[in-house]
Amino acid sequence: MSSYPLIADLFVEDNKQEATRVGFGRGLKAAGEADENVVALSADLTESTQISLFKDAFPERFIEIGVAEQNLVTVASGLARAGKIPFTSSYAAFSPGRNWEQIRTTICLNEMPVKIIGSHAGISVGPDGATHQMLEDIALMRVLPHMVVIAPGDSIEAEKATRAIATNGQPSYLRLARDKTPIFSTNESPFEIGKAYVLREGNDITLLGTGTMTYQLLVAAKELENHGIHAEVVHVPTIKPLDETTILESLRKTGRAVTAEEAQAAGGFGGAIAELVTHNIPMPLLRIGIYDRYGESGTPAELLDHFGLTGEKMADKIKHFCDHFPQYR
Amino acid sequence: MQVPLTLTQLDKKANDVRQDIVRMLEAAGSGHSAGPLGLADIVSALYFNIMNIRPEEPEWNDRDMFFLSNGHCVPVQYAVMAERGYFDVEELMTLRKFGSRLQGHPERTKLPGLENTSGPLGSGLSQAAGYAYSLQYLDNSKHRFVYVVTGDGELNEGNIWEAAMFAGKYRLGQLIVFIDRNNIQIDGSTDDVMPLEDLRGKWESFGWHVQDINGHNMESIIDAAAMARAITGRPSAIIAHTIPGKGVDFMEYDFKWHGMPPNSEQAKEALKKLRTLDGKITSGDME
Repeated sequence: MSSYPLIADLFVEDNKQEATRVGFGRGLKAAGEADENVVALSADLTESTQISLFKDAFPERFIEIGVAEQNLVTVASGLARAGKIPFTSSYAAFSPGRNWEQIRTTICLNEMPVKIIGSHAGISVGPDGATHQMLEDIALMRVLPHMVVIAPGDSIEAEKATRAIATNGQPSYLRLARDKTPIFSTNESPFEIGKAYVLREGNDITLLGTGTMTYQLLVAAKELENHGIHAEVVHVPTIKPLDETTILESLRKTGRAVTAEEAQAAGGFGGAIAELVTHNIPMPLLRIGIYDRYGESGTPAELLDHFGLTGEKMADKIKHFCDHFPQYR
Repeated sequence: MQVPLTLTQLDKKANDVRQDIVRMLEAAGSGHSAGPLGLADIVSALYFNIMNIRPEEPEWNDRDMFFLSNGHCVPVQYAVMAERGYFDVEELMTLRKFGSRLQGHPERTKLPGLENTSGPLGSGLSQAAGYAYSLQYLDNSKHRFVYVVTGDGELNEGNIWEAAMFAGKYRLGQLIVFIDRNNIQIDGSTDDVMPLEDLRGKWESFGWHVQDINGHNMESIIDAAAMARAITGRPSAIIAHTIPGKGVDFMEYDFKWHGMPPNSEQAKEALKKLRTLDGKITSGDME
């Protein structure tokens, strides 16, 4: 069995849930306590992106930018030039949605350790609808040289990831969810930038999850057992740089792979894995995500179900995939 | 060379810089002529008189900062930096060439002494504002100043006005922006492409202290910077009226020279003009 510590009551009805943005809020406050160079910038979304915790603790290191996402990241670039570690927060649809070029030029090319916090990513934003359901951010951020891209699996990991990017000295993107999602990791679970973790071992197929989709893959893996499919679940919180060693080791064992993300299947996490697979072992790969369309209004549960991003729906798809594609040997 | 240079020395230095610009652009075979020539006086004044810097120690903790927001004008910054001793003047001839530290648009990580990476317009001012914010609110470092050069066509960018609002709100008194008001941009005159007036009124309404100066008059440039430093509690905009292509008569005022380098014949002609003018361009020469 995997050595990754998962919570004991993983699949109970009333499992503990919390939004990853809440974990980020705690992590940022802790990062601020650890290093006085940490500063936080808000684009008029202080409460909902949860940097209010930092603001309350360190008002003198909190900067309100207003609804101006281009200025948000470029002011942060200047602060970083002055030796600060700026965390910028907004909704992912606006940052990095609106200010991609500024991130590219003044942060990545300029090698400034600015942290881009994109909250409310994915369709689980819910009733706000397509404009606010950012699905392209993973693709936008992972193509930038020097950028680190992390989508934490739950709020506990989001807290750890926040603390980790505060000290990595690099431009970093942290992708967060609005809605509460199940917690699967524990305080003892490891988190290191650039590492993937085997949560569950199996020989028939590798399920690679990023962000909050990892939990859904755990649900799917349990369901697949009923069909005699022993799935390995690998959690990949760092989309860039990818932990190629861990991922390829699993893929060599199972010879078949699935990716899951709450984002466009094109160019995102699935795209990153497709590139890795193509370069190394050209095996059957099923990419679960949103296919070339925008989201829409609804409850998070309705939307996840509609787009096939629940564990149950994924299990169906994966079973069908296994029926049609043999393991690559 | 004893810095700060006197007014007469500065005029001569700016002429040297203009000759460097013509030579490097000719060697590069591409690049922008008009803007850099028009900015030669302001950037020379900054590096040889106004700013507190150490070329031999580019990351000196106590230095004043220079953010070039309109990155396409970087030939003038490279030329001034070389003349000031950041690197050898001969390296200017590597501009835009493969393997050069002098990239077509400035890259901070390539060349010590550059404070930012710019090219896509409109973001240098907010980077400078971020730095000035840090000096004023986080570092308690009141004696350092942050200088910025922006173009006027660049002011079409929304990011500029986001930064203007930000600097106004936080009363960034250590932020000083020279606006190169040369009235041209790639597609034509700024009035035709996207009118900017009332430019002074715009900046004032954002809470800035504003001065209008002749951007070729060394005394005006230095005085305006001194005034800007003396104004506390407000960021400063210095609208520097300049002649694009200044010093090379066939380039002056002509927007076609915005994004074009001289060929060898034109460069020879330009250098002849500049050498003839050497010591003759004097402060106040706007006619």
